[in-house]
Amino acid sequence: MLISAQDSVSLRTKCSRNITKKPTHHFMSWFTKFLVSSIGQKFIMSLTGIFLMLFLIVHLLGNLQLLNDDGGDAFNAYTYFMTHNPLIKTISYLLYATILLHAWQGIALWQQNKASRGASRYAVNHVRSNERASRNMAWLGIVIFIFILLHMWQFWFQMKFGTLPAVEVTAYDHPVKDLFTPVAAAFSNMFYVLFYVVSMVVIAFHLWHGFWSSFQTLGLNHKKYTPLIKIVGVAYAVLIPAAFAVIPLVFYFTRA
Amino acid sequence: MSNNMRLTLKIWRQGGKYKGEFVTYKLDNVNEHMSFLEMLDVLNEQLIANREEPVAFEHDCREGICGTCSLVIDGRAHGPMKGTTTCQLHMRHYKDGETIVIEPFRAKAFPVIRDLVVDRSSFDRIIQSGGYVNVNTGQAQDANAIPIEKDQAGEAFDAAACIGCGACVAACPNASAMLFTSAKVSHLALLPQGMVERKKRVLEMVAQMDKEGFGKCSNVTACEAECPKEISVGNIARLNREYIAASLASETTN
Ligand code: HEM
Ligand code: SF4
Ligand code: FES
Repeated sequence: MLISAQDSVSLRTKCSRNITKKPTHHFMSWFTKFLVSSIGQKFIMSLTGIFLMLFLIVHLLGNLQLLNDDGGDAFNAYTYFMTHNPLIKTISYLLYATILLHAWQGIALWQQNKASRGASRYAVNHVRSNERASRNMAWLGIVIFIFILLHMWQFWFQMKFGTLPAVEVTAYDHPVKDLFTPVAAAFSNMFYVLFYVVSMVVIAFHLWHGFWSSFQTLGLNHKKYTPLIKIVGVAYAVLIPAAFAVIPLVFYFTRA
Repeated sequence: MSNNMRLTLKIWRQGGKYKGEFVTYKLDNVNEHMSFLEMLDVLNEQLIANREEPVAFEHDCREGICGTCSLVIDGRAHGPMKGTTTCQLHMRHYKDGETIVIEPFRAKAFPVIRDLVVDRSSFDRIIQSGGYVNVNTGQAQDANAIPIEKDQAGEAFDAAACIGCGACVAACPNASAMLFTSAKVSHLALLPQGMVERKKRVLEMVAQMDKEGFGKCSNVTACEAECPKEISVGNIARLNREYIAASLASETTN
């Protein structure tokens, strides 16, 4: 066994006693130390980001019900399910917390990093084209956050607390809230559709970098799989926001 | 041999009579075979002849191995050439009549001492916190006594190529020292000799890196693009992995 001179002295003086030091700190000590460390803070970003990316897939599957030309039958059944299933309701609270944590931690990192760069800035900056998304994650995130707030106000709040009329759907033997009508109305508004599509482009940029980055942050890189992760990341970043954006465009151009 | 390149230099001056400002100098006798630092030597001779304060910049080996030279040249740490230190950059890459902007590395953890010289002792403290291995004293062991798989040794060697220049910090929008620290942690974590302190090392080097005020890696990869030794960001993933494992899975409780 290799021991340093310093350690060997202390070992010698202690050898009649227990060599292993008694833990002097409890759970919160090492755990909070990890969470506030640079890598720990990024760990939080990565895990919350991955959770949000998984959520986007589920959310998209729901939204795609809007494309059924059934006057909202499938979509309204879906929204009823999502707001009444206890498991989904629990997960949705976790989701709200995750969004807040991701946004809070992201802004905190942004501010800390600005401080690390210092007060004096370079006169000349060289930005490679592949760095445009990664250098602007916080700005992209802030736009996404504004989108989420507006989106929640417009649809989530209406669903939870608004006075939506009830309609019959084939999936249930009782009437459910008709969220389809306000959604269809919003999607016939040019400004809303434009805002929606622009927001999806912003999410695409956020995830163009974020998908791969979240793996890198967790230390999940591998000569064999990292190239694949990067390809899947780009595909995800383009296809998921594009699929979201198609829905209001279809409504605006074919149903209005 | 052309000895007649004319250049305009905009150089950051700080200290003495300079409050921290760009000063413009003209040089009209630059040889294309000069290195970038030799070009600055010529400028300084001219300044001294004119009884002006020479520009302070750092250099030592001038052969790309010591990591002492620095400079941000036209917005790029160590200048425009890939995998090249400032001392190994040659004036043939510049054209007659060009203007070159020269700034110091900028980061809170690298305060400017004078002109283009910054204090990089924060890197020394990161190394001191864990960038070592303990060895038995006495006769040096035979070099091949411990067998190491070739690819593994190669990867450790690639990480060990880091010369500690700090260009990664200078290039990073967050002034993060992750590429440097990850190179140092990787180099030792990949070798059997580094196993004894493996967990302690990563915990303490990251703690010191944070304490010095370096930024948090956003995986921008500007560091890898500017690193004169082309250290891979794969090392940063390894550092993350080592740190997460050592924090969450080691028996160390404090
Ligand atoms: C649909 C919503 C969102 C998803 C799916 C998402 C996903 C991600 C992912 C996967 C990452 C990469 C994590 C890493 O580098 O380890 C990330 C980073 C980041 N996100 Fe988000 N995000 C979303 C919303 C937001 C919001 C609302 C904000 C802020 C207001 C935000 C701010 C940031 C910032 C600043 C980073 C970079 C952190 C860093 O590398 O230093 N994001 N996001
Ligand atoms: S990683 Fe590269 S840029 Fe950073 S200190 Fe080492 S050699 Fe210099
Ligand atoms: S002076 Fe030694 S690396 Fe440039």
